[in-house]
Amino acid sequence: MKTLLQSIKLLLVMTFLLGGVYPLVVTNVGAWVFPTQSSGLLLEENGTVIGSQLIGQNFSKEGYFIARPSAAGEDGYDALSSSGSNLAPTNKLLLDRIDASKEALHVRFGNGVIPSDLVMASGSGLDPHISKLAALYQVQVIAKERHVDEVQMLELVNQYIERKFLGFIGEERVNVLLLNRALDKNFGVLNP
Amino acid sequence: MVADITLFISFLILLLGAAKAYSGFFTKVLVGEKNVFTPLLLHVENSLYRLCGINPQLEMNWKKYALALMLFNGVGIVLVLVVVLSQHLLPLNPQGLPALPFELAFNTAVSFVTNTNWQNYSGESTMSYFSQMFVLSVQNFLSASTGIAVAVAFMRGIISKESESIGNFWADMVRITLYVLLPLSLVSALFLISQGVIQNFAPYVSAVTLEGVNQSIPMGPVASQEAIKMLGTNGGGFFNANSAHPFENPTSLSNFVQVFSILFLPVSLLFVYGKMSQKSGEGRSILIAMVVLFVLMLGSHYASEKFGNPQISGIVGESAMEGKEVRFGIASTSLFSVATTAASCGAVNAMHDSLTPLAGMVTMVQMMLGEIVIGGVGAGFYGMMAYVILSVFIAGLMIGRTPEYMGKKIEAKEMTYTVIAVLLPGLCILLFTGLSLLIPDATSSISNPGPHGLSQVLYAFSSASANNGSAFAGLSGNTLYYNYALAICMFVGRFGVIIPMLAIAGSLARKKVVPFGKGTLNTQSALFITLLVATIVLTGALTFFPSLALGPVIEHLMMLERISF
Repeated sequence: MKTLLQSIKLLLVMTFLLGGVYPLVVTNVGAWVFPTQSSGLLLEENGTVIGSQLIGQNFSKEGYFIARPSAAGEDGYDALSSSGSNLAPTNKLLLDRIDASKEALHVRFGNGVIPSDLVMASGSGLDPHISKLAALYQVQVIAKERHVDEVQMLELVNQYIERKFLGFIGEERVNVLLLNRALDKNFGVLNP
Repeated sequence: MVADITLFISFLILLLGAAKAYSGFFTKVLVGEKNVFTPLLLHVENSLYRLCGINPQLEMNWKKYALALMLFNGVGIVLVLVVVLSQHLLPLNPQGLPALPFELAFNTAVSFVTNTNWQNYSGESTMSYFSQMFVLSVQNFLSASTGIAVAVAFMRGIISKESESIGNFWADMVRITLYVLLPLSLVSALFLISQGVIQNFAPYVSAVTLEGVNQSIPMGPVASQEAIKMLGTNGGGFFNANSAHPFENPTSLSNFVQVFSILFLPVSLLFVYGKMSQKSGEGRSILIAMVVLFVLMLGSHYASEKFGNPQISGIVGESAMEGKEVRFGIASTSLFSVATTAASCGAVNAMHDSLTPLAGMVTMVQMMLGEIVIGGVGAGFYGMMAYVILSVFIAGLMIGRTPEYMGKKIEAKEMTYTVIAVLLPGLCILLFTGLSLLIPDATSSISNPGPHGLSQVLYAFSSASANNGSAFAGLSGNTLYYNYALAICMFVGRFGVIIPMLAIAGSLARKKVVPFGKGTLNTQSALFITLLVATIVLTGALTFFPSLALGPVIEHLMMLERISF
């Protein structure tokens, strides 16, 4: 009985300390030292939030670099239902989906080999990045769609390539939302 | 390739170095000596004891220790249940999320208290900020402290001479939480925020994307939970996608730090063992056995992922990118995936269901072995100790002498408990997997056809019984059957190992120390390390090979033959 009472008391005290004090301290210090990071690296344009730098978006219109396929929600990139496809490597659904994506890409980008991340869904369904390869793969076509010089486009893309940390941690990548926003800024907004 | 190997090697070196450096402080905390935080926290520690009516000097025998542990964890389960069942009435619920259904609440409560963090729900659409903070996050701390407490109690059992006591459960819990987990979590949480992990109480943000579509972006106090989720080898994500979610794990550096924090305390505990027993070689030999297994597992996992999926043609780059994030790629994903299943963490930075078959098998094998390849906080140590005793016993049989470990005779009683601790989780895995295949409701949860379907069920019960919590997440686990069946496995897999191990600790503590003689097996030798690794591999292989052959092995062969389902 005494032990039970001690258990209950300790649990409640710990709940106050670890569930209340600790997250509040982290929140306050976080908001003070890293205000933009702690609130989600939100991007604003004329007072409206256009998204978070960390959360991927769908890009289907001409003139924008496309992102990876997404299994988050019905139409993809639903930030309220982060998820991968969970399809096994031997599942026909996966192989068929990849074939369909490849065909669609061939129509828009020509019949070359395709960087794998452009036909494979991410684990979160919200991957904000595509590989460096996948960005370079699109340069020519996007430049043409925007009626922009290819070299100029390539220069811009190169600015947005993020390197491996210390040269060996992570992979080279491009943030699709940041890149597409830069396209709008540099070459004008599409379909006003 | 070179970069990837550099990553693995530098990770291991940094891990071992930092864990060793930390172990001096860690030991002081565990034996209750003065340490750097004493001036700051002694006051808090003592007021905690006073508030709860605890006498930290009171020595407990193993039965009292186990009773306190069970009661504390029991009321933990009740509190989680109460809160998630009434979260719609509680504050900090800006999205107005409803209460959980009972079977899901029960599964979640057992899951978080047992350090498993199997999640049959998706966080962003199920749990209020209050539930995440006040019960789930708190259990992340307490279940980790419980694990470390058992490990330390076991060390005391080995070291002490003719004594009844294995320590004081309350003092262990308070000290571990206050001096070890809390400061480390604070530092880690702030670092994670700097990388972009969110930490706020704001309602979800509505954004209008560049293409004019509405996107609702979830918010929440993520970083504070994320830090202890990794350090305490818990693994329960704030969001459904866990550490694959950019708000939980935004950069390759945050990923590196997360993997590091999974294994940091478990590795450090082995150095603590060496220090507490004043035989650093004993801790080292066990650590070597673990690292050897870890490197083998990581190597096979990485090789399988690099080899990829030969069924996919016409692409450049990695063919196993399904379910993975671009910022991590293959190497950082392999490292995370192997570490999370080596320890009882279960956080994932990629969807394990889409791993190549052999990589998926590596993760399963590690869980089936009982997560002793480095292992969870505390759980890895005491789990490994069961294998150490088993190895010493087998060696004793071979040379025809009463087996001894650290000067303590291993007799029938210890062996009985050891065998229980080694077999119970395995029994749960195989019995429940078999049972599930006979229940139509259970098989209808399977999402991938062919041999991978069996793997999904096998993975679920391995993960639950080993208190891991990661999943082949295509399996729909939120059903009446799986909620209860998995909860049973989590409970048995946790306390069915802890109680026998505490009993062994109690029994060893009472024994005299026999001096090291000519016929004593040297447990610091390469011979012993080899024997230990062989015992682990053989026990695992004999128990699980048939089930693995029908799941991932056959799937791999079919993938090579380009057969799909």
